[in-house]
Amino acid sequence: MTTATPTPSKPWQASNKDRAIDGAIFLAALASTYLLVNFTGLNGKLAYFLTFFIAYAIITTAFKGIQRGNAAAKDALVNSLVAIGAIVTVIPVASILLTVLQKGLPGISFGLFTHDMSLATPTDPLSNGGLLHAITGTLTLMVLALVMSVPIGILTALYLTEIKGRFTGPIRFLVQAMSGVPSIVAGLFILSAILYPITKAYSGLMGALSLTILMIPTIARTSEEVLNLIPNDLREAGTALGGTQWRTVAMIVVPAARSGLVTAIILGVARIAGETAPILLLTGGGDKVNPNAFNGPIGSLPYYIWKSFNAGSPEAITRAWAGLLVLVGLVLFLFTSARFLGARKVSK
Amino acid sequence: MSTQELVIPAPRQIETEPRRSDKIFRGVVTGGGLSSLLILGLIALFLGYRGFEVLRQEGIGFITHSDWSISTDDAGNVVESQFGLAAMLVGTILCSLIAVVIALPVSVFSALFLNFYAPGWLKKLLVTIIDMMAAFPSILFGIWGFLVLMPSVEYWAKLLHKYFGFVPFFDMQVPVFTRSPFVAGVVLAIMIIPIITSVSREIFSQAPLDRIQAAYALGATRWAMIKAVVIPHGRGGVIGGAMLGLGRAMGETVAVFTVLNIVFQVNWQMLLGAGGNVASLIILKFGDASPYEIKALMAAGLILFLLTLVVNALANLIVKTTGKSGR
Repeated sequence: MTTATPTPSKPWQASNKDRAIDGAIFLAALASTYLLVNFTGLNGKLAYFLTFFIAYAIITTAFKGIQRGNAAAKDALVNSLVAIGAIVTVIPVASILLTVLQKGLPGISFGLFTHDMSLATPTDPLSNGGLLHAITGTLTLMVLALVMSVPIGILTALYLTEIKGRFTGPIRFLVQAMSGVPSIVAGLFILSAILYPITKAYSGLMGALSLTILMIPTIARTSEEVLNLIPNDLREAGTALGGTQWRTVAMIVVPAARSGLVTAIILGVARIAGETAPILLLTGGGDKVNPNAFNGPIGSLPYYIWKSFNAGSPEAITRAWAGLLVLVGLVLFLFTSARFLGARKVSK
Repeated sequence: MSTQELVIPAPRQIETEPRRSDKIFRGVVTGGGLSSLLILGLIALFLGYRGFEVLRQEGIGFITHSDWSISTDDAGNVVESQFGLAAMLVGTILCSLIAVVIALPVSVFSALFLNFYAPGWLKKLLVTIIDMMAAFPSILFGIWGFLVLMPSVEYWAKLLHKYFGFVPFFDMQVPVFTRSPFVAGVVLAIMIIPIITSVSREIFSQAPLDRIQAAYALGATRWAMIKAVVIPHGRGGVIGGAMLGLGRAMGETVAVFTVLNIVFQVNWQMLLGAGGNVASLIILKFGDASPYEIKALMAAGLILFLLTLVVNALANLIVKTTGKSGR
């Protein structure tokens, strides 16, 4: 007696016919794109891209409409639209990264990292001068801003998660509002509140103060999210062992959230690394390495890029791109390390 | 036999009074928490204080006129001054509206793609790319926009003008397409796409799973499900996200300054190469401003601060209320 073993069928899988149809639609879209771009006033790489996607969307929609009716046609149209949305989002990133690499690499040399611009102007040949002053300046600004913003940011997050006092709602709202403060306004504020009445001179400290304002909300919001992930059991265990709230927070909650808090801080630094507007107002942008952040103008990467870009000659523009490449490298490094740390689960 | 007296210990006092260390801890943390209030208050206070003189001098004209001129005699005293922000405010609103109009559909579609269409690995990759885009410095967008994007955008502007010139917005008398509000709007759109996308993605991912599965079980196509479940759930959040983007676009300085031609004249024609922007005005005039003009710039900063604050507050309110309801 033979038993017939039924072979499992997968009706949801695309059959050969479906694949053939998809391929045909693809080719039809390609062909119509070629015709459209060549025989109308459209031109450029982007035109090819966009016409192709629009043609593909129209052809699939029409085909599905004929094959399976109205609902399927709408579904097919939206399928194409969301894909176009995702692609349009990604194109600028790809273009930016490619351009920065392509135009910045010719300007990168060893001398760039060992010289400052005190003996050179942006329009000089690329072998003169470098961005040592800008790199040291940016690092100085970052460290100063970190020192000021980390305590405030984390205290704010602790207030929102641990104390949960009367002001929790309003403070959460204000921190959100603060993250929308335009960077130029932060710069003007430091200018009006500290630089004009008190110090009367450009310095790194002034720039760092304005960056602190921009950094606090990022750190506070990310830290709040991280601290909220810490299970309440830990806090209860701390209290049950007789710990005061201070000891529970300092010895249990914060250490448990350590990697998340570091991520929050790195994200804050990445947020301000390329901030330009307040830097232009407050730091004075010196061309020499200035190790003293409290006295005298200090250079920074955004200022260097800005100055070179505005000088306008081909050498200066190359300098600007090289500066941008270094800046983007820095931001991406920070971003990747934040990702890497954040990817590890909060230790329990 | 002596009777020993039974000693009953006094009941232990249980107090709810926190220890001193806790009092200090709570005080310090509360102080840190209140710093955001302090900073925001100080910003409004100081900009208002510095700009007060100009605001009083110009009155309501500060936001209704569009001249920006100052003349001084040789000693540096102000002879005559006229400060009006109208053109800059109109320009700011025009550029950010263009940005939101362009960015909103793109972001909503890509958020839908991320949540309901993309396979897991692609979703992870795209989310990383979009977050990375949000971390790019604005000067990068500015220079890239000026040197790489602007030629393309000018070309699109010419097409728009040629085929849709009858619409008042796309109309123009002098064919100057360079550095127009449209170019600035496109650059800003690219900058705010990550913000709107991540807010929308967050809201869409909270769409109730039981209703999604119910829709599929009834035989809905993916789009029918999205239309019936996801969009009603997320509409408010998307609007909030768009307003967050609007607020960010209004306050953007360097990127706009590099691609926009600033002209002190109210201009609603978005393709014409003449626009205004409050934040860029500050950068433009700051370099060689006299002390009195600086005060006017402070007042301009105050107006910008209040504008973005209101837009952001509304946006956060909308996002917050939709996040809670409808679940």
